[in-house]
Amino acid sequence: MSAVTHVPALAPERRSPRAQGSLAAWITTVDHKRIGVLYMVTAMAFFLLGGLEAFLIRLQLARPESTLVPASMFNQLFTMHGLTMIFLAIMPLSIGIINFIVPLQIGARDVAFPRLNAISYWLFLAGGLILNSSWLLGGAPNAGWFNYAPLSSGGLLNPGPDPRGIDFYALGLQVAGIGTVLGGINFIVTILKMRAPGMSPLRLPLFCWTALVTSVLIVFAFPPLTANLGLLMFDRLFHTGFFDPTRGGLVLLWQQLFWIFGHPEVYILVLPAFGIISEIIPVFAGKAIFGYTSMVFAVVAIAFLAFMVWTHHMFTTGQGPLVNSVFAASSMVIAVPTGVKIFNWLATMAGGRLRLRAPLLYAVGFLITFVIGGMSGVMLAVPPADYQYNDSYFVVAHIHYVLVGGSLFAILAGVHYWFPKFTGRLLDERLARWGFWLVFVGFNVTFFPMHFLGLFGMPRRVATYPPNLGFDTLNLISTFGVFPLAAGVVTVLYNMRRAARGGRRAGPDPWDGRTLEWAIPSPPPVYNFRAIPLVRGRDALWVEKVYGDGRPLPAPDDAEGGAHASGGGAGLAPSPGALHLPAPTPLPALLALGVALLAYGAIFSSLILALAGGLGALVCVVALMYDVDPGQAVDPEVEAA
Amino acid sequence: MRGPVRRLAGAALAAAALLLGGCAALPQDVLAPHGTVARMELGLIERSLGIMVGVAAAVYIPLAYILLRYRERPGDGRAPGTSEGNTLLEGVWTVLPFVLLVVLALPTFRDTFRLATLPSGPAVDVTVVGHQWWWEFDYPAYGIVTADEMHIPAGAVIDITLRSADVIHAFWVPTLAGKQDAIPGLDLHMWLEADRPGVYPGQCAEFCGLSHALMRFDVVAQSPAAFQSWVSGMQHPVTAPQSSLAAEGEVLFAQLGCAGCHTIQGTSAQGKVGPNLTGIGSRRVIVAGALANNPADLGQWLHDPASIIPGTVMPSFPNLNGSQLQAITAYLEGLRV
Repeated sequence: MSAVTHVPALAPERRSPRAQGSLAAWITTVDHKRIGVLYMVTAMAFFLLGGLEAFLIRLQLARPESTLVPASMFNQLFTMHGLTMIFLAIMPLSIGIINFIVPLQIGARDVAFPRLNAISYWLFLAGGLILNSSWLLGGAPNAGWFNYAPLSSGGLLNPGPDPRGIDFYALGLQVAGIGTVLGGINFIVTILKMRAPGMSPLRLPLFCWTALVTSVLIVFAFPPLTANLGLLMFDRLFHTGFFDPTRGGLVLLWQQLFWIFGHPEVYILVLPAFGIISEIIPVFAGKAIFGYTSMVFAVVAIAFLAFMVWTHHMFTTGQGPLVNSVFAASSMVIAVPTGVKIFNWLATMAGGRLRLRAPLLYAVGFLITFVIGGMSGVMLAVPPADYQYNDSYFVVAHIHYVLVGGSLFAILAGVHYWFPKFTGRLLDERLARWGFWLVFVGFNVTFFPMHFLGLFGMPRRVATYPPNLGFDTLNLISTFGVFPLAAGVVTVLYNMRRAARGGRRAGPDPWDGRTLEWAIPSPPPVYNFRAIPLVRGRDALWVEKVYGDGRPLPAPDDAEGGAHASGGGAGLAPSPGALHLPAPTPLPALLALGVALLAYGAIFSSLILALAGGLGALVCVVALMYDVDPGQAVDPEVEAA
Repeated sequence: MRGPVRRLAGAALAAAALLLGGCAALPQDVLAPHGTVARMELGLIERSLGIMVGVAAAVYIPLAYILLRYRERPGDGRAPGTSEGNTLLEGVWTVLPFVLLVVLALPTFRDTFRLATLPSGPAVDVTVVGHQWWWEFDYPAYGIVTADEMHIPAGAVIDITLRSADVIHAFWVPTLAGKQDAIPGLDLHMWLEADRPGVYPGQCAEFCGLSHALMRFDVVAQSPAAFQSWVSGMQHPVTAPQSSLAAEGEVLFAQLGCAGCHTIQGTSAQGKVGPNLTGIGSRRVIVAGALANNPADLGQWLHDPASIIPGTVMPSFPNLNGSQLQAITAYLEGLRV
């Protein structure tokens, strides 16, 4: 036996026929863990880009009547900042963690459709690159991330300069959106069908519950966006006039469809965050989650209500007092299940032995800031008050307390929590604390003053402001906050890079975890579980720590007819013997390339480009349909040797 | 209990406002209303903030206690309990928020309907039209049209109809009333009232393109008598040039085709694209509040409008020499009410 026996996880990677570190291996991978890493690394790159855009916005707004960034650039910056952070950073960071962790937590070898999973990633990347390539190809979208018609759709009312940037918006988001919907379908099937024997719905880890519900939200929320983008594309490319009232079009149609998507989107961004917090608090309190069942029902209730509140984004569009009142009520009601979650988290911590390590620090930071975002959310649900807040910096403060203080803090908590599982290495705790405090303080200094800027009458999306309105001091404070915030992000990234290269080895279970991902080596071998585990209770690993020998029992051969084994190949027997895993394929990346060419063809009105891309994509789809995945055999015994 | 909560929240807000904004009242301060509508809206802001501060205390105080009491200390060998839930507790924190929300929702409904209903009695009708990037104010009952400054009588109900000539804008005068959108193809309605005469600045709140940030205006509330004299001044404005320089300007105004876009009541200029210039000499500000109303600023505007409002449809006249610019500004500044 070789010397690497004590880190079996590294062995299969090294011994595989392909050089697993090569670029080709990453492009052709169908391994959910590698796809998860791709999502996270790509999203982090986009996050830095979006952060740079935010930095320039804050520099411009530091002083009144600043001429540092001209309005034409400023409008592109805030549009791309919002789009990048929402569609290309926060959402794919969540999806990346879901990709890596959910199959591990449910005791599966991969997702239900590994190739579809790869297609999702490559379409997301293609969409993100299409959108951002606009910077180099004539200008970025510049009508805000919600891109209201008719400013965005052009037509007779708005015949002025018609930047191509918004075509990149229409096409880039469609391409990325298809990937997201496919991912949603994949995870619904994965969580419904691939759970290890014994993992009944009410034994499912809460992170998996939120992943499931988020996937359902994605599948129902993205089609209205796609329809809307289609109408926008027709208006812009073929001058149809869906949003042009001079030709019988409806201006508000865009807003209805956008927010029918847009509000559930907020919960798509924030529910995985709830799931992450629900994993971390029990582990670092050494105590089971308080009120598991009500936590599940709260998530489902929030998701249901998410579709019932969209017109609260449109309180000032003249929809009348009855509609405003009804949607005010439904919006307020969301506070109830959200409150249940917050108090259940507190009750989980109460009576525990709180290990205030970085993941729990971020979780506490999340609780503090997210409560502020939730409070301002209830305040925004009051229509007459919203007439004042709407489109002001109060809303800017709110959305950042929800999406940064909520989603991003939880994602950082999750990344610190699962980093040892992702890489097999431990982060430096001291650096992690520095990172947390810089991010936490920087965030609050940047965004808390914005509540008051809104109340003092500063509208959002203004490239500049006059000096006599009392906005100066608070804007300057807000800009100062960016520096610790950015230093915190750099510290976090530096810590990760350092740990990934030479951090202490984490071992399979560095936190005394409760769920199945901590039962296998770090990083996990390509097949995840040598034997599909038998789940004997909620907190499947904890149950074994208390009642067993600390390791999950293998599931009986015939349990669920082997359907829990990985997709791609047929269900196969667990150890011993070779495991059948899906084989790598370049088709998903090629498919995305074809779709991207098709999109560029539409943007630049090039029939040749569109045909080439469309045909290429079609060929890839057909090839994927008729290609029988030969799979690859991986023998854990040999691999580990 | 509604009294104390609201008073407390109001006091907290006022204190914070004072601290953050300096001592003087700010011109666009939502927290310092000067009219019925803004006051009603502030009432709900205070009430919701009061309730939310209570909720925050209900989270933060236990959180602080839990962190202090249960954090792990060196050599801490406690085995945490295994409580997995408590129906009574969970019931309490499900039902109690509902009750709080009802306390918030009832006045919310009441005021939402109240704001959507024009108070009975006489009202002054104003049609507000958003343009990229300036505001037009039409008084159909008086047959007058102006821009940049919305004159209203203090103490009267102003019945506003909102329209847009191009994209969506939002009409916002924070000290008088929250915003409503101006949407192309639709008529939206709102009302407001100013307690006393004064100048209340506002600006477009819905992103409307390149120069959105510069789309400002003032509401000028006057005593009813002063308002009436403004109305009759606008109905019978001074249009004849007051000097030979201004007469030269009048000729240039015609030669340059200004009348293709601008109206000056009482003259042959009847264009509808740009702002109505009737009585422009009497305005406090011009160009959506971007410039003061003086010959130098007006000349700068005429010379190169896009340097003031990027993207404006107002053409530049780079070939005008200094004396020609002086002539036109003299003509325009002489158009008074």
